[in-house]
Amino acid sequence: MTMADPTTQGRFGDFGGMYVPETLVPACIELDKAFRSAWADPSFRSELDHLLKTYAGRPSPVTECVNLSEKLGCRILLKREDLNHTGSHKINNVLGQALLAKRMGKTRLVAETGAGQHGVATATAAALFDMECVVYMGTVDIERQKLNVFRMKLLGSEVVAAESGSQTLKDAVNEAMRYWVSAVEDTHYCLGSVMGPHPYPWMVREFHRVIGDEAREQCQELLGGAPDVVVACVGGGSNAAGIFAGFADTDAVLVGAEPAGGAAVGRAVPGIVHGSKSYLMQDEWGQVLEAESISAGLDYPGIGPEHAHLAATGRARYEPVTDAEVIDAFQLLSRTEGIIPALESAHAIAWIANARDEFQGKSVLINLSGRGDKDVNQMMDILQ
Amino acid sequence: MTGAIETALRARRNDGGKCLVPYLTGGLGDDWLETVMAVADAGADAIEIGVPFSDPVMDGPTIQEANDRSLGAGTTPQMILDALRDADIGVPTAVMTYANVVYRMGWERFMNELSATGVSGCILPDIPLEEADDWTRAADHAGVETVMFAAPTSPDERLPRIAERAGGFVYAVGLLGITGVRANLASSALEIAGRVKAITDKPVLVGVGVGTPAQAVEVSAVADGVVVGSAIVQRMLDGAGPEGVAELVNEFRVALDA
Repeated sequence: MTMADPTTQGRFGDFGGMYVPETLVPACIELDKAFRSAWADPSFRSELDHLLKTYAGRPSPVTECVNLSEKLGCRILLKREDLNHTGSHKINNVLGQALLAKRMGKTRLVAETGAGQHGVATATAAALFDMECVVYMGTVDIERQKLNVFRMKLLGSEVVAAESGSQTLKDAVNEAMRYWVSAVEDTHYCLGSVMGPHPYPWMVREFHRVIGDEAREQCQELLGGAPDVVVACVGGGSNAAGIFAGFADTDAVLVGAEPAGGAAVGRAVPGIVHGSKSYLMQDEWGQVLEAESISAGLDYPGIGPEHAHLAATGRARYEPVTDAEVIDAFQLLSRTEGIIPALESAHAIAWIANARDEFQGKSVLINLSGRGDKDVNQMMDILQ
Repeated sequence: MTGAIETALRARRNDGGKCLVPYLTGGLGDDWLETVMAVADAGADAIEIGVPFSDPVMDGPTIQEANDRSLGAGTTPQMILDALRDADIGVPTAVMTYANVVYRMGWERFMNELSATGVSGCILPDIPLEEADDWTRAADHAGVETVMFAAPTSPDERLPRIAERAGGFVYAVGLLGITGVRANLASSALEIAGRVKAITDKPVLVGVGVGTPAQAVEVSAVADGVVVGSAIVQRMLDGAGPEGVAELVNEFRVALDA
């Protein structure tokens, strides 16, 4: 199968859609049209490619992990999104959306952020394109990611605490949507994952497709074809969608590593929140539950609708990883390869460490979605 | 078939009056149902009863807090429906909640429950036309009126489709923003009311940003009436009790009748 255009209805099988207040419907329709036209426009594509190359530092390399491969008994390759400007894959999407927002005549970006990576990336693009920027971040996350809060302010953005509900990513999304409802005429909502109303799940996946497209070529060179396994961590699921898009039509096993405390697919109950229908952690009455994860970036009770579709059709599998396993994996990659991963990305490492017996001798491509600098304070507290 | 809400609102309009539909959060305080009764007696033409949801994206701080408090007290959709089933309110009611609360129970089951409970209408702010089919099919079958929203951003071509699909009334969103009381009525309120009135004979009520009797009167120069939410819920949060809330509703009634 391929990861296809979900049409103007934004449907991935039974999932997706555009469940937003009427006020936002025209903006979503306008965005669908603008993205379609830009994505088909060679001048837009070449401007974005130029930025990705000269500003973000693409293509990101693939690193063959000799030490870790020996330890785990499978051939481990890392797609190095941690080496991008701003330290994660988030910049791919943000440069695309900011360029599109400019093209649409918007003057301000609003974004939500969990760990702060998407917030920093959005603030970066806003600085580059001389746009105003407002970032909503849960009060709890502001506390655990102080450095990223300072980075966003340094880049000229306003950071607003989301004080409602669980005060994490889910609530930051609520507040960003409320802000967008109030300012839709001059503001673009720069959503940070493959979630939300159509066209976001599709558009964000397309902006991250570059990860998978590059990796496919790189694997062709290194392995002579697709790897046996492609694994990525999944909160909303943007880095996973990006790398899966390059391999969905191959025989590679696609794996999303979910935090055990936020395993939306693992629970497999469909729901509607934040603009789309997907799997959602909720109680028996449809009240959304709070996810719990060591990594702020994966602390989200839902998952992008296309992932729900990939899970429902069996094309991808989604596996839970515990916080304790993530802490081990964080240290494992640091010590064996000299690469400190983001806690989010460490979920993917943890999964293959768990599942290595099943994949002995196989090639495993891991999307290393971000670097761990932002997490060392938190890990210092945990490990000392 | 015209439902109870539309019938009541048309009757008010035919008498030369303006419609008043207060919103109250269900399960907010032990006396919320008494408050509903008192509000009915104070001159409401119909009443919106909020079924709280954990992530109400169309709502501002006041109704968010009401949702959180109600959920914190253990309110479930079933508890609200059960309470309404035994109540003789005297005016038609609509339930307002968000898509997932209905979807979780099942579109058909929820609409059938509303019907069996004697609730006439349903309002779901995160279900636009594009996603309305499952809901409206179940609602039509159960005889539940489906209130639809028109927003200042809705282009002209959408308005007739919204009005045609709407049951009970067309809910015209008064401003670009979420629910809450503002110091002044937005000019967009009169504008959207006029645009919707021009294309439908169904009752057109303006809500979101209508927080005082004076603002209600101002917008009702064009609209058929108003939905008042946050101002009333704030009274509930402040502990005004059924009489205190009814007093405010009566102020709106008197102003609209003057």
